[in-house]
Amino acid sequence: MIHARGLARRFGDKRVLTGVDVDVGTGELLLVTGPNGSGKTTLLRLLAGLIVPTGGELDVAVDRARIGFLGHEPLLYRELTPLENLDLYGRLYRIHERRERIGMLLERFGLWDARREQTGAFSRGMLQRLALCRALLHEPDLLLLDEPFSALDAAGTELLLDELAKPMPSRTVVVASHLPERLGTTPTAHLALGSA
Amino acid sequence: MLLTAGLGLALLWAPEDADQGPSQRIFYIHVPIALTAYACFGWAAWKAFRLLWKGDERADLESYTAVHIGVIFGLLTLVTGSIWAKISWGVWWTWSERQLVLFLILFLFYSAYFMLRYSTEPGPRRARTSAVYALFGAVLLPVSFLAIRLADQLLHPAPLFNRDGPQMSASMFISFCVCLAAMLTLAGAIYLIELTGKRIDARLRELREQLA
Amino acid sequence: MIGYLSDVTALARKDLLVELRSRDTVPAMLLFVVATLVVFHFALPDDSSRLAAAGMLWIALLFTALLALVRSFVAERDEAVIDGLLLAPCDRSAIWLGKTLSVFAFLALAEAVALPAFALFYEPVTWELIAGVALANIGIAAVGTLLGAMAAASRARELLLPLLFLPLAIPLIVGGVGATLAENPGRYLGFLGLYDLIFAILSWASFEYVVTE
Repeated sequence: MIHARGLARRFGDKRVLTGVDVDVGTGELLLVTGPNGSGKTTLLRLLAGLIVPTGGELDVAVDRARIGFLGHEPLLYRELTPLENLDLYGRLYRIHERRERIGMLLERFGLWDARREQTGAFSRGMLQRLALCRALLHEPDLLLLDEPFSALDAAGTELLLDELAKPMPSRTVVVASHLPERLGTTPTAHLALGSA
Repeated sequence: MLLTAGLGLALLWAPEDADQGPSQRIFYIHVPIALTAYACFGWAAWKAFRLLWKGDERADLESYTAVHIGVIFGLLTLVTGSIWAKISWGVWWTWSERQLVLFLILFLFYSAYFMLRYSTEPGPRRARTSAVYALFGAVLLPVSFLAIRLADQLLHPAPLFNRDGPQMSASMFISFCVCLAAMLTLAGAIYLIELTGKRIDARLRELREQLA
Repeated sequence: MIGYLSDVTALARKDLLVELRSRDTVPAMLLFVVATLVVFHFALPDDSSRLAAAGMLWIALLFTALLALVRSFVAERDEAVIDGLLLAPCDRSAIWLGKTLSVFAFLALAEAVALPAFALFYEPVTWELIAGVALANIGIAAVGTLLGAMAAASRARELLLPLLFLPLAIPLIVGGVGATLAENPGRYLGFLGLYDLIFAILSWASFEYVVTE
């Protein structure tokens, strides 16, 4: 699913990633750990295709349409409601029966009652839950989660752990976290970043 | 390379002998400089296109250097043009001189290029953004020229100043061509020198990082 | 093709909704353009020609447009929301087209207020002027959106956008003022159309190079 050799990325003069090797098969759950600034976010963004490597090679077997990404920012429009936000992404990802899918996700993540309120008024926990909906909306084959637990409230954390615990052999998950204990499911692979 | 530059300069002195009257001589310098500036911007746009189309990363420095030299020559065009205006018509600036106005617009445009480069983090994004901007410049050139012509018709319906006719005798033409060749050679030499310098800088930085 | 248009519609709708609900930009633009027209009255001597008044209108429109353009990328850069769009499988140029359409709509709104104000304060508005404004709008929206994306990547965003935009706007001013005043405005309107065609295609094609990391 993912194959990288000598992956490197620098920003201007700063080298954030150097010589990283990654091998993840379909259905695996990769846990990426490391202190702050070790390049976890950069690695995930590289996998998502948001940035390109400045060195090394990277091969991700799926294209953009099959990747779900949850980063530091919720990537939601504050002036739009959850319905409108998800509808936009639903259209862009060409989801069949998107109304039903959106409704189902909002219910599951406890956001149905707030579906017509502008997200600008949401708490951080609610925003992150909605962001998770956005990431899961199109049933991605590759799910990338960058520090998902840091912004989730208790309810959201439970829901995420439930979701990850579901057996889905076609789905590969990469989680970056500097608190790996919170991850209930045992990862099948581990990558530690940071200064040697 | 320095030899080429010296040769270019030596060639410049030759037309000074052609005795056409002091004001005309500026023409030999001004127009070749202008044409060379156009050539630089055109080269920059070509390199920019290659960067975007083929993903040739090295073209970034080449395009940047070309713009830099183009701006220098552009500035010289404005200065020599201003001198010419002073000599011919007694004013330092005139809006009815289309070449000058065009260069003024281009100068503004390409100066913004440097602002763009300066305030963006180095990397593939900056290279691509600069390239797109350089391409826009090449397109802006003819469009602006057209605009200036239209503006002239609107704002200056009666020609205020008479331009010196472009008809040239054979000897004048030869001198002109020699000057043009000299200017292009000069620009080319400076380009190569600057490009090499920039490449060395980049390599040095890379090596320094690798050691760090 | 249909998918592309559907994307563009969804994105344009998003941009319109976001700006309308933020309630910042539209009132600011309307107020700004009227205020500028008033200020110009005090800046122009009493016996000014039509030329000066027309010129001032176009300057007012230009700077109001800059206001709108700077705002149209605020959300994207502040919270990196554009990443969400970049992750999606849609064509990058669709993002450009959606945004351009929404910028065009806001400019049209501002002009719907500015032109009557101009007619009130200075002199009547002709069909040629309206046509000129509409055509110039396309150019401003198209080029401005692209440059906005360029500037959004830099550190000095608010400063950079006007610097990048003004040289490119000069032909538009020429075309616009010409359409307002000349005996045969057709030539100037044709020129504006040409500018729009060339630069819209160029912007459409090069947007993806400018917006991706």
